[in-house]
Amino acid sequence: MTQDLVVYAVYIAYAIGMLMTFGTVLTWVERKQAAVMSDRIGANRAYVRIPFTQVKLIWLGLFHGLADGLKMLVKEDWRPRTYDALAYALAPWVVFTPVLLVFAVIPFGGALEPARLVPWLADWYGQRSYPMQIARLDAGLLIVFAFSGLTVIGAMLAGWSSNNKFSLLGGLRAGSQMISYELVMALTVLGLLLIWGTVDLDAMVRRQSGTVLGILPAWGLVLQPFAAVLFMTAAIAENKRIPFDLPEAESELIAGYYTEYSAMKMGLFMFAEFIEIAIIGALFTTLFLGGYNLPYMDDTGFNLPGGTHVALSHGAVVVTQLVVFLLKVLLVCSFQILVRWSLPRFRYDQVLTFAWKFMLPLALINLTVTAVVLWLVRGAPL
Amino acid sequence: MTVRYDRKRYWNEPTLGLWERAYLPEIVRGLALTSRVFLRNMAKWVTGRKGALTTYYPEETRADYAPLNRGKHVLTQRPDGKPQCVACNLCATVCPAKVIEIEAGFDPDDAAHPKFPRRFEIDYSRCVFCGLCVEVCPEDAIRMAKETPNLPSHDRHAMWLGLDELLQWQPHRDPAKPYPPRDSAPETPR
Repeated sequence: MTQDLVVYAVYIAYAIGMLMTFGTVLTWVERKQAAVMSDRIGANRAYVRIPFTQVKLIWLGLFHGLADGLKMLVKEDWRPRTYDALAYALAPWVVFTPVLLVFAVIPFGGALEPARLVPWLADWYGQRSYPMQIARLDAGLLIVFAFSGLTVIGAMLAGWSSNNKFSLLGGLRAGSQMISYELVMALTVLGLLLIWGTVDLDAMVRRQSGTVLGILPAWGLVLQPFAAVLFMTAAIAENKRIPFDLPEAESELIAGYYTEYSAMKMGLFMFAEFIEIAIIGALFTTLFLGGYNLPYMDDTGFNLPGGTHVALSHGAVVVTQLVVFLLKVLLVCSFQILVRWSLPRFRYDQVLTFAWKFMLPLALINLTVTAVVLWLVRGAPL
Repeated sequence: MTVRYDRKRYWNEPTLGLWERAYLPEIVRGLALTSRVFLRNMAKWVTGRKGALTTYYPEETRADYAPLNRGKHVLTQRPDGKPQCVACNLCATVCPAKVIEIEAGFDPDDAAHPKFPRRFEIDYSRCVFCGLCVEVCPEDAIRMAKETPNLPSHDRHAMWLGLDELLQWQPHRDPAKPYPPRDSAPETPR
């Protein structure tokens, strides 16, 4: 019992630390990547001076994230005079908390056996094995959609409670857009559920360490390439980022549903957005990119297509899985930032038309084709 | 009677072909373009070269300012080293940003130019670099060099240039006008 508590405390600390780091570092990545993409240098003025010296640490502008956070914390917390105090104060947290909660069911590594990892804990832990995941829930994917569906409430609360027409319009747009795209997002994943027959994310990752046609890794991207594109698009729309940033379109709505928020309350909205980039990265990695495993890799080592098995020690496997997961997530985040700085914004009617008349039928077609093909291949009633 | 509004059709109106209408190929093309630029610049940065067109301004200035760039002001000088300025205040009057301040002095020994600027100061925190002072000067006493004044500072009061800096300009040759004036004989008073 105590052993479990210790392990899960470590997991939770790791997950929260990772998400917060991603949230901060992604602001830097976004700035720098945008700059490099457009032949600029990027933000590099914030520095930390070592006390009593003139040595200024700039580190490629990494401290801009810290400077942003500090600025948000010390700014005046200005509130509009006519607002619904309770909903207004609640809204940022309703946006922020579910985003963090989603990560609870996402596996960031394979099975961890503390006894094999740390020899002097061998007696205490014995044969216990823990999947590297905060909550091992059978309903994994459903939990993800349930929690990410909550953020829309926060956005709408913020829009309505600040008693501002721009906010209200932003809240309305956020509501309709997020609900539309959530549907698409869930439908695109259904094909994978048919193939793997489970909603448990860790089991999904384990299914992906095999091969298809003997040579290709059995990643979701290989099995369902079409669904991967649709999922990515819907996820970006769900996160309300360009090209789908209608709820906060600056040129139309100032800042959309958080127009009336200032200081750290506004910072929470921004932070939630950046953490959600990381969450989408983690989800996409888990569902389509083989999760924490390298191709052909499972908890014991590599099973190469030729039939050779390369065994790895438990410590090496754990470290590889943790690092590979972080790298994959960072890569997907970087792709989202590439999209955000490449594509122009949709018009509002186009956003909803795109969801209901283009992506939803495509997702349904994808689902139907998957079902038919599976029925033909497996020959079993679904 | 209803008024119908007919939108004007232009001869060069952009049209979307089937390829553009399909949307996805164009998206892929756009993403490919931006990622190509990103990878090219990243490769430059990683190999120790510069992958940006912009400069890290106060520490680094561009070498390729145009010869006619209106950078900082210079005061031209007579062969004896005194400023050509006669403190007529025309530049200070025409200046739209009101950044030029001149304090005139009287020199009875110089019959040709008894009036001279005792102080001539420009506030670069407000200067708009329009060049009107150069246009208006009857004595060709103020010009603009292509170099920028290079005064970035956290203190707006540190952005003034006085006579000593403005008189630093000592070119060997000026293709536009001979400088310093060829004949060293004193000009005739008008």
